[in-house]
Amino acid sequence: MTEAFVQIIIFGILIGALYGLAALGLSMVFGVTKILNIAHGELIMLGGYASFWLFRLVGLDPFISLPLTMLIMAVVGLVLYKLLFVRTVKLPEEEKIKNTMLIGFGLTLILQNIALILWTADDRGITTAYSGQVFTVLNIRFPIVRVAGFAVALICLLSLHLFLRKTYTGKAIRATVEDWEAAALMGINIQQVYMLSFVLGAALAGVAGALVSVTFSIDPSMGMHWTLKALIVMVLGGLGSIAGTFAGGILLGATESATAFLIGGNYREVIGLLLFLLVLIFRPQGLLGAKER
Amino acid sequence: MARIQLLLVAVVVILLACLPLVIEKDSTLNLLVLILLFIIMASSWNILGGFTGQTSLGHAAFFGLGSLATRLLWIQGFPLLPSLLAGGGLAVVFALVIGIPAFKLKGVYFAIGTLALGQILFVTVGNLFPTISALPVEALRTYQLAPRYYLFLVLTILTVGFAYLLANSRVGLGMMAVREDEDAAEALGVNARRHKLLALVFSAFLAGMAGSAFAYYHVSYYYQFPFAPIWSFDTLTMVYIGGQGTIIGPIVGAIFFVLLREFLVLNVGEYHLIVFGVLFILVVLFLPGGFVEAWEKIRNLLVRRRSKRDRNASTTA
Repeated sequence: MTEAFVQIIIFGILIGALYGLAALGLSMVFGVTKILNIAHGELIMLGGYASFWLFRLVGLDPFISLPLTMLIMAVVGLVLYKLLFVRTVKLPEEEKIKNTMLIGFGLTLILQNIALILWTADDRGITTAYSGQVFTVLNIRFPIVRVAGFAVALICLLSLHLFLRKTYTGKAIRATVEDWEAAALMGINIQQVYMLSFVLGAALAGVAGALVSVTFSIDPSMGMHWTLKALIVMVLGGLGSIAGTFAGGILLGATESATAFLIGGNYREVIGLLLFLLVLIFRPQGLLGAKER
Repeated sequence: MARIQLLLVAVVVILLACLPLVIEKDSTLNLLVLILLFIIMASSWNILGGFTGQTSLGHAAFFGLGSLATRLLWIQGFPLLPSLLAGGGLAVVFALVIGIPAFKLKGVYFAIGTLALGQILFVTVGNLFPTISALPVEALRTYQLAPRYYLFLVLTILTVGFAYLLANSRVGLGMMAVREDEDAAEALGVNARRHKLLALVFSAFLAGMAGSAFAYYHVSYYYQFPFAPIWSFDTLTMVYIGGQGTIIGPIVGAIFFVLLREFLVLNVGEYHLIVFGVLFILVVLFLPGGFVEAWEKIRNLLVRRRSKRDRNASTTA
């Protein structure tokens, strides 16, 4: 019983890292630009298909093709930003959130249906030679693919953290988050910071998509599910906190798994949402987020 | 002016009331029912989102609860009218339960929070009632479209009329004050929490009644279906397209939305949602205040041009 429970929780944590990664891009974009891209799940979907086709047509291993998937999604992000979101940049915050949400809603329809027409509604997944392999520590089983996914998520998190802390561009991004007017007066090109953040967010969605396609399966309508997960994790962890986002993801993953084990699989999502609402009401700054102002 | 408007409304209502006598095709009547349904949904959302400024992404929850209560009662053999009212009642009860905690959230957090609430109901109802709900054979044999249409028509008139009265009432003005600036409204003696709660209750009741009518109208559907998030998104979209915070906006938005989607389904087939998405984004980008604001801009432009011409004419004379 306890062993099974620990096993379930470990699985939950491994999945949770993926939730954290899915939220990382959304949170990055929202935190910096106040663009609430509810088509983030669709970007994850596209990333998943990019990885899938690279595997199917070229034979590239999904983990090796990660940089390529990121690049493809960065280009997609750039196009979407230049075509659509750049037009909302100058709006006041509330209006910007509302309008970008609506644009995201339109994008959801477009991307979902393009995917549906191009690639049909079939569930797809990447099955590599090592997909079924498992190693065991202390009687607990660790599927290789999920552990690798966890590691990739962790690497993304650390790289993003270092990028924001150590590089000049990263510091410019953080300065923009703190006070965009002051940042602009200091000679930071706000437009470029916004664009870069959006592109980075799309690239992160690409990584998340690749991991989804190798650990779960992908289909054109998966976006909404992942957007919701990402939104929940973003708020759970607290805006602007990278570590918080990751912790929020793992908390959600573990909670869902525990629920599935103790109550039943049907309610895993409900309990996750309830947890989210409770945190939202009693700790609106998120679990690790700093108190606002 | 007001008298002309009243006359216009009366004419439209009478025309709508006569339609089932003239229209032979069920599909046309079904389309009208859909439009009326969405006018109720959009106008009721507008009370909370447009008048009071609380953007909810969980409107489907009220619609769903209304349909659930009515369907369960009515199929069990309860008389129709109490069943319908029970739907609106259940939505109000839910609104009262969630109201206090939900309004601790502001702005985008309120939106995401209500989305989560809606999703919780969607999944839970799917778990509790996983089956399709079909009308019993007896009801199917006597099924007629016209009474359903009239039910929706009456509800639409009540909803729009109520929204109109509300917008011109003291409570409605209080709601708009809360929308513009909550702190300033409080400072002027408007109880923000009470006004938001009232808006939520009104909004929930009307959406719940739309759900009740839906349960009476629809022959067979999954109990979960009216809770689907798409109902919230579609409703919100219509209000934004039409113009939020106005009376006519949600009506225009609902008509435009339903007709456009129908037109695209018939003409571009499987591409209809793509075209729809593109058009929708164009509206958001280029008509940010919706049709109502665009119309006002055009009218102002025309008026200004005319007054300029008059001035020119008078100076040259």
